Amino acid sequence: MNVKAKCIISKDRVCIVETAAQAIFTICAFVAIFAVGSITLYMIANGVPALFKIGIRDILFSATWKPTAQEPEFGILYIVLTSIMGTALAVMIGVPIALLTAVFLAEIAPKTLTAVIKPAVELLAGIPSVVYGLLGLMVLNPLVYKWEQNLYRGSETHQFTGGANLLSAVLVLAVMILPTVVSISESAIRAVPSELKTSSMALGASHVQTIFRVILPAAKPGIIMAIVLGVGRAIGEAMAISLVSGGCVNFPMPFHSVRFLTTAIVSEMGYASGLHRQVLFTIGLVLFGFIMIVNLILNNILIREDR
Amino acid sequence: MVRKIKDGLILGTIYLAAFFSVVLLAGIIVYVCVKGIGSVRWSFLTTVSSVLKGTVGIAGNIVNTLYVIILTLVIVIPIGIGSAIWLNEYAGKSRSVRLVEFTTQTLAGIPSVIFGLFGMVFFGTTLGLGYSLLTGALTLTLMVLPLITRNTQEALRAVPDSYRYGAVCMGAAKWYMIRTVLLPSAMPGIVTGVILAVGRIVGESAALLFTAGSGYLLPGSGEGLFHKIMESGGTLAVQLYLSMSKAQYDTAFGIAVVLLCIVVIVNFLTGIFADKLNAALRK
Repeated sequence: MNVKAKCIISKDRVCIVETAAQAIFTICAFVAIFAVGSITLYMIANGVPALFKIGIRDILFSATWKPTAQEPEFGILYIVLTSIMGTALAVMIGVPIALLTAVFLAEIAPKTLTAVIKPAVELLAGIPSVVYGLLGLMVLNPLVYKWEQNLYRGSETHQFTGGANLLSAVLVLAVMILPTVVSISESAIRAVPSELKTSSMALGASHVQTIFRVILPAAKPGIIMAIVLGVGRAIGEAMAISLVSGGCVNFPMPFHSVRFLTTAIVSEMGYASGLHRQVLFTIGLVLFGFIMIVNLILNNILIREDR
Repeated sequence: MVRKIKDGLILGTIYLAAFFSVVLLAGIIVYVCVKGIGSVRWSFLTTVSSVLKGTVGIAGNIVNTLYVIILTLVIVIPIGIGSAIWLNEYAGKSRSVRLVEFTTQTLAGIPSVIFGLFGMVFFGTTLGLGYSLLTGALTLTLMVLPLITRNTQEALRAVPDSYRYGAVCMGAAKWYMIRTVLLPSAMPGIVTGVILAVGRIVGESAALLFTAGSGYLLPGSGEGLFHKIMESGGTLAVQLYLSMSKAQYDTAFGIAVVLLCIVVIVNFLTGIFADKLNAALRK
């Protein structure tokens, strides 16, 4: 790929243009490095001071979140737990459905049906996250509220959330990761060599056995990549769930009104100031940490696939 | 016999899951259209919301969205294409290539809230641009850069090496070869990346809320058109979020319909150009 074209006469006009072009492209390429570098630097520079001012224990391992009280407390334990729990549940609900849909598209569905469903899945992936939030608020919340009323009828201790709770947020997230996981795992399944399938069938295995014993294991790296990307999307989503999840800081239970790392930033950044604002950056730093872990895992998978 | 039943059950589950996904999608689209189509009138698209005049409209937000799209693309297209050219044509295989590729991939994975926070402090405070369309566009530049870089890179990879050797052997200098041979052949891929970027920009809200703010007025004429760049302005998606939090659901659904239409157009165009690229690949 790398065609060498060297300058012969060094003061030639063409030569100057060539050198300049190469220099400009190199600078362009380093914009990405510069961007990631400065984002990391800024997140650390803005997020760390609060950690030391308040104390790591009081911020990361305390559950009381009273940022605007007379004596403010900034424990983000429940917020962190909510993000982890919400992402895990969304992945547990969304991934199986997405995987089976991918199997259906790649192995079972007739070509004409795939031709209809695939663009539809891509459309689902392109819908802005706020639209999902709007739908969650208008459709899902009333449904979940009905369920909640039935479940906790007569309960005196339960704080009713009106449907804006962890469960609703998890369902919205599950729907949102669906298209990502479907399309990536579908291409992974399609990339499995057809000899594997035909030999398995020739040995007497049924189609279903072939799918689950041969094709899916062979497509495993691609499927894992799809799941990791889904996790990344779920943990970083803010706007879709900020109104759907309620917004009180509570222990993450399905019918509790909760606050995620992302929604804490979105809903409080508008009015926060001083130490409160710094703590929001600490929350951003925690989120950034999670995302970097996800990215490193992804990078490892990609490198392994290259080999 | 047992195996047949088991297979049947599993197949049934697969059909069920696929059916569920499709119904869900159809449901989402139909619901948004039914709820929102009523608010999308000519006046909704061409006026600005005003309590005094009693109008509800998103004209200002449409203009803001166009501003952000154009500003972002003007900045990001040269950088993205340049970066892809360097990766594919100049760099060979070195450590810095892996670093550029890793950071590009990382950028693609960073959530938009983080971009919003970073844009607010870096472009807004450190560079002193405040809440403005320019701050928003610069923030989005970082966000959609991977889309442009990757799609251009894919397209460049698809150009056969014989084109390169042919051009260089005929005496073309490298940049001349890239400009006249490689870039035109890679055009469908580049356009795909640009369209995807537009889709992402139109749908973005978290990264813009803290950087571009939420202004909804139309720019003044003449010099005002230029000044607008330094003023705050909420795009359609941001306005959707704001209307939603103020419980103005009619407006929210109206904007949702507009956004949905844009997404459909974007996907349609992407499909066309991706097909072109695939056709070129097969040659």
